Amino acid sequence: MNKEIILEIDNLDVSIEETTILKNLNLKINKGEIHAIMGRNGSGKSTFSKVIAGHPSYQINQGDILFKGESILELETEERSHLGIFLAFQYPIEIPGVSNEDFLRLAYNSKMKSQGKKELDPIEFFGHINDKLKIVDMDISFLSRNVNEGFSGGEKKRNEILQLALLDSDLAILDETDSGLDIDALRLISKGIKNLMTKDKAIILITHYQRLLDYIKPDFIHVMQKGKIVKTGDAELAKELEIKGYEWLN
Amino acid sequence: MSEESRKKLDTKLTTIVNQPYKYGFSTNIEKETIPKGLNENIIYLLSKKKNEPQFLLDFRLKAFKKWKTLKSPTWAELKFSEIDYQDLTYYSAPKVKKKLNSLDEVDPELLETFNKLGISLTEQKRLTNVAMDVVFDSVSIGTTFQEELSEYGIIFCSISEAVQKYPNLLEKYLGTVVPIGDNYFTALNSAVFTDGSFCYIPHGVKCPLDLSTYFRINDKEAGQFERTLIIAEKDSYVSYLEGCTAPQYDDNQLHAAVVELIALENAEIKYSTVQNWYSGNEEGNGGIYNFVTKRGLCSGKNSKISWTQVETGSAITWKYPSCILIGDDAQGEFNSVALTNHYQQADTGSKMIHIGKNTKSRIISKGISAGFSKNSYRGLVNINKKAFASRNYSQCDSLLIGNQSNANTFPFISAQNSTTKVEHEASVSKIGEEQIFYFLQRGIDIEDAIELIISGFCKEVFTELPLEFAAEADRLLGLKLEGSVG
Repeated sequence: MNKEIILEIDNLDVSIEETTILKNLNLKINKGEIHAIMGRNGSGKSTFSKVIAGHPSYQINQGDILFKGESILELETEERSHLGIFLAFQYPIEIPGVSNEDFLRLAYNSKMKSQGKKELDPIEFFGHINDKLKIVDMDISFLSRNVNEGFSGGEKKRNEILQLALLDSDLAILDETDSGLDIDALRLISKGIKNLMTKDKAIILITHYQRLLDYIKPDFIHVMQKGKIVKTGDAELAKELEIKGYEWLN
Repeated sequence: MSEESRKKLDTKLTTIVNQPYKYGFSTNIEKETIPKGLNENIIYLLSKKKNEPQFLLDFRLKAFKKWKTLKSPTWAELKFSEIDYQDLTYYSAPKVKKKLNSLDEVDPELLETFNKLGISLTEQKRLTNVAMDVVFDSVSIGTTFQEELSEYGIIFCSISEAVQKYPNLLEKYLGTVVPIGDNYFTALNSAVFTDGSFCYIPHGVKCPLDLSTYFRINDKEAGQFERTLIIAEKDSYVSYLEGCTAPQYDDNQLHAAVVELIALENAEIKYSTVQNWYSGNEEGNGGIYNFVTKRGLCSGKNSKISWTQVETGSAITWKYPSCILIGDDAQGEFNSVALTNHYQQADTGSKMIHIGKNTKSRIISKGISAGFSKNSYRGLVNINKKAFASRNYSQCDSLLIGNQSNANTFPFISAQNSTTKVEHEASVSKIGEEQIFYFLQRGIDIEDAIELIISGFCKEVFTELPLEFAAEADRLLGLKLEGSVG
């Protein structure tokens, strides 16, 4: 059976305020695959994730991004989200006075609406979200708290994964989801992420460290440097990097 | 953020924020006015027109004399051209051919005006649990549910009617909370006020309906000077709502109101305002100058007065609803959302004067500034020497939209005894690109995102509004900021 491509990045060139950040970037991701992108601070990893999600700050100078075979460059951020692209933020945003439940329901219903499906009222939604809470081991009180306000680092990251589970996105880009987590939280979140993975979905893990990859084994590892992918390998590459450092690739 | 994306976000925010004003139409109606200008003769004329008792004429003349010695205050963070008080009309009323016997005889043109504003004065369409007094320019058009309320001994009528029917109550209380010479605008109002609402809640009565007054300025050259007086006797309760709109004109119109509240022992008054006077156009032309003095006196033990306001309109807002806590254990509250856009300027806040022992006050102020607007919180908490064990909590939050708007906080606190506790918290935040991106990435469009951010920001205040008004306030902010929401 032929593998089906979910994301294809073709010769992409991106800049912000005249500074080029990504150069001649190429990447193909098939359904059912987990890819890790590693690299130093400032190598362009976070930019890469935001560009796929459609952050308005970046200028695409050249190249294309195809999601499920179609170019998404002309699509708005929210349209890309509706198509199934999810970005778990490195620093999730706090929204004072807005309950997590209201926020989650609006996000869910926005997606339903875009697909012409039935939106859920608060009671229906409560039943729906209740099942998802188990994935990240959260109790119901989590819903009535304000979005990310006063959350611990671990709770914020769990909330991101809860949203991923709720929106059931086909491509999850996890931007340093492991940063700031203790071992227990890391184990819990990794388990949650693995549970969401199916043969029709794909995950991009963006990380500095090998640690996360012990829990979620990637099929491919790409090392990014100065906006380019400079090396691609399997899970063994991460271990080698851990020992030799990024210097080794220079 | 790159220059280009900043521009993109700003343009988006601007289109969302710049929804046209819905209430800007004017009513073409035959009216009765008096000559422009302000002098003693005008005051005699006004008083005679309204067939007022001598004490009120004296009150007005004294106020006029005082006004001439005062100067327009300049301490607020407001810039506006000088008002020519001789170029204003101090009385403008729809012409009535004969005396009205019931609301059904009101000019159809006027009824239509209020229908357009979403307010129905005709019997079958009235809001079921709100009694309403409607003031059009200088006069009250009518009051609903008067008979039903009178069964409880509650008086709810226009202040002109109260002058005729209950002169003793008026003489006893008028000007006792806000003295004639309190400031420039109270002196002006005391000299020339034409109408407004009067409520009297007798001993032990919990008012079964929300009482409400709707103010409409229609005349282009008339100032509106309304006067409201609410008296809650021992052990009584009342919730009072106030709403306002005005047509869209290129010139500024003046609105200078005085509101006095008196709560006796164990009485509670909840006073809520949704202010949506015309705010001027995108270039800052036109709009209402809103200079208002609102003050409540908690004279009895364990009395309570709370002010809740949603201020979205007016070119200029100068308003500090206050509480004087005289009775022991008295409580004062001020909850405010002030939204400014384009070139609107708001200088608003509260004064809490603690005199009795164990008195408590709370101030929650939420300022939202967009466009080139200026939004200032100004507050005074004064805890007297003998107000032992008194407490105040103040919280002032500002939310900025775009890069050109301005927010200020001026809290003044004076605690004169060591058994008191005063807390003040303030924050400034901005709806930024990253916050919006978070919503967009979750599939939520920008209008819904801003609506949710704003309603979250205002939540603490909206929960204080009576149900009918909470929906109205949400809708209003929606119209002002989010477009076709709600």
